[in-house]
Amino acid sequence: MNSVVCVKQVPDTETLIKLNADGTGIETAGIKWIMNPFDEYAVEEAVRQKEKSGGAVTLVCLGPDQALDAIRSGLAMGADTAVHINDAEFAAKADPYATAVALAAAIKDLEYDAIFCGKQAVDDDAGQVASILGELLDLPVITIVIKFELSDDGKTAIVTREIEGGHAVIEVPLPAIFTAQKGLNEPRYASLPQIMKAKKKPVTVKTVADLGVSAEPMTVIKGMELPPERQAGKMIEGADAAAKAAALAKALHEEAEVI
Amino acid sequence: MPEILVYAEVQKGEIKKGAFEITSKAKALGGQVSACIIGKDVEGLAGELGKYGADKIYVVDGPEFENYLTEPYVQALAHVAGLVNPSIIFISASAQGKDLTPALAARLKVGSISDCVDLSMEGDKVIAKRPMFAGKAYATVEALGNPQVLSIRPNSFGVEEIAGAGDVEKVDVSLDTSKIKAVVKSVEVTESEEPDQTEAEIIVAGGRGMDNGENFKLLEELAHAFGPTATVGASRAAVDAGWIEHGYQIGQTGKTVSPNLYIAAGISGAIQHLAGMNTSKVIVAINKDPEAPIFSKADYGVVGDLFEIIPKLTEEIKKIKGQ
Ligand SMILES: Cc1cc2nc3c(=O)[nH]c(=O)nc-3n(C[C@H](O)[C@H](O)[C@H](O)COP(=O)(O)OP(=O)(O)OC[C@H]3O[C@@H](n4cnc5c(N)ncnc54)[C@H](O)[C@@H]3O)c2cc1C
Ligand SMILES: Cc1cc2nc3c(=O)[nH]c(=O)nc-3n(C[C@H](O)[C@H](O)[C@H](O)COP(=O)(O)OP(=O)(O)OC[C@H]3O[C@@H](n4cnc5c(N)ncnc54)[C@H](O)[C@@H]3O)c2cc1C
Repeated sequence: MNSVVCVKQVPDTETLIKLNADGTGIETAGIKWIMNPFDEYAVEEAVRQKEKSGGAVTLVCLGPDQALDAIRSGLAMGADTAVHINDAEFAAKADPYATAVALAAAIKDLEYDAIFCGKQAVDDDAGQVASILGELLDLPVITIVIKFELSDDGKTAIVTREIEGGHAVIEVPLPAIFTAQKGLNEPRYASLPQIMKAKKKPVTVKTVADLGVSAEPMTVIKGMELPPERQAGKMIEGADAAAKAAALAKALHEEAEVI
Repeated sequence: MPEILVYAEVQKGEIKKGAFEITSKAKALGGQVSACIIGKDVEGLAGELGKYGADKIYVVDGPEFENYLTEPYVQALAHVAGLVNPSIIFISASAQGKDLTPALAARLKVGSISDCVDLSMEGDKVIAKRPMFAGKAYATVEALGNPQVLSIRPNSFGVEEIAGAGDVEKVDVSLDTSKIKAVVKSVEVTESEEPDQTEAEIIVAGGRGMDNGENFKLLEELAHAFGPTATVGASRAAVDAGWIEHGYQIGQTGKTVSPNLYIAAGISGAIQHLAGMNTSKVIVAINKDPEAPIFSKADYGVVGDLFEIIPKLTEEIKKIKGQ
């Protein structure tokens, strides 16, 4: 099975977010960048399928120069090649729609049976790119996948997706798009030799113009703000657990009025 | 006056609370409000939306809509959007809504805004506030296309009784089956009456301090004492240890929640966990380590052993609730 995996580079989840001077985005100086955690599950699944049934894994990433680090991480996990859409100007104003237009243009010339994305990018949290890709490429999209199996003839995927309060099992003919949720697998740590090998794997760099597309964003960020800092409140005192529990229940009932 | 179309999700034979929230919010924003419900045997539920502001309710009812699947639902909702010609579409950002919204928007060839927590009008355009970085920052965003498509986080707005005309109309949708490639083989939903974490008003969450999966029963009992709007949550450490399913995980790579009350028991307060729950109205931390970072975000802190405090707290809550 040939797979394409869309990987995005995002700020490390440890990052303390600060705003830039004009309040239109975040301050990026000093941020450590990582592969979007959900994309790790996506890469892992594609590599496992390759290990089981053959084929190749191609990464596609839209992002600036530094995004190459995320691409190299994916190659070290076992992906074979990558397309890096490196177009700083485009990426800077790309909303989910524009992102999907660029990714679709890069993917359309690749060979694939499945496209794996993350469930959402943990920076912008839109959870939209895969669904828009599906529309642009006219492919079915199954989101929030926690189990992926290929039929014996390799033509169909049988997947389990998370739904509210449970699971649904969906069967879909390939090619199709899947978004990876935590639980799909346990992403591997790349070994040093794999990391070294990844440095030699081919990465094709393209601009959006090379792909022959242009896209105006369909959404505009008018401003950003930080939530008010939460202040430490009150410590509940008491002689023993019972006294503390009673004091807490009273405070929740009479003061906070949440019960 | 903007024409607003609201998608009203049905689950287990009932219209979800999130649907009433967005219907009454649409009315409060000054819109002409249409609602659309889709499912099997759902026609009888439609009228209720009138109480919360729907002027017209479109019903798409048939066996082919028994289980949610993206493509048929997108086709049905896009069909109704074609009838209504709305300038704004609201969908509650439930698990289903998160799947449906971007797919619908893409079908209508517009962008969408995910998981909005606040809305305001500028002329006939809606401007939305939405969290990014799991709530570490908020963006004010405008969708430029027509219609503007937005998913709205549950619990962001209250359910208000505002009467709408409430006219119900049944709509026949002839599906383009050539586009429906996926098939639902089975659906398994636990019988539990608990609300989803994203919709619960009270969450009792446990972390590594719970020691094992069995002990989560203590938290279930406390949630149970609080009543049917309460449920259990967990830190990633507890989920990764295999003590509880991933669906319970709160945080940057789990669910983002803003209940009225969040109780964190045996959770240290890592930045990824805080990101998922720091918009909760009241936060309680129960931790044996007085230096735990969670205390700096908590409205009420209790230093002590959760295994002693939680059962006592359950008793106290039962007393207050008169159980
Ligand atoms: C001017 C401006 C306006 C914006 N407006 C909005 C807005 O209105 N609403 C909004 O939600 N966001 C907005 N953004 C954020 C930005 O658009 C997102 O970074 C991007 O469009 C994708 O959305 P996401 O990162 O949330 O991806 P998601 O849809 O959450 O990502 C899901 C998956 O898609 C794939 N993917 C996403 N991005 C890439 C990529 N760059 N390369 C490869 N694969 C990728 C990955 O597999 C990822 O796991 C705006 C940004 C700018 C600069
Ligand atoms: C990419 C990435 C994504 C992540 N996403 C998430 C996420 O979505 N959600 C999330 O939660 N984490 C997430 N994490 C993990 C996060 O960094 C922390 O490791 C995790 O939240 C710690 O869980 P904890 O607080 O339960 O455990 P610990 O940090 O080990 O804290 C346990 C606490 O329990 C207390 N305790 C122990 N016994 C008792 C007792 N008997 N009574 C009272 N208190 C007791 C201890 O004092 C301690 O404070 C993520 C990490 C990464 C790298």
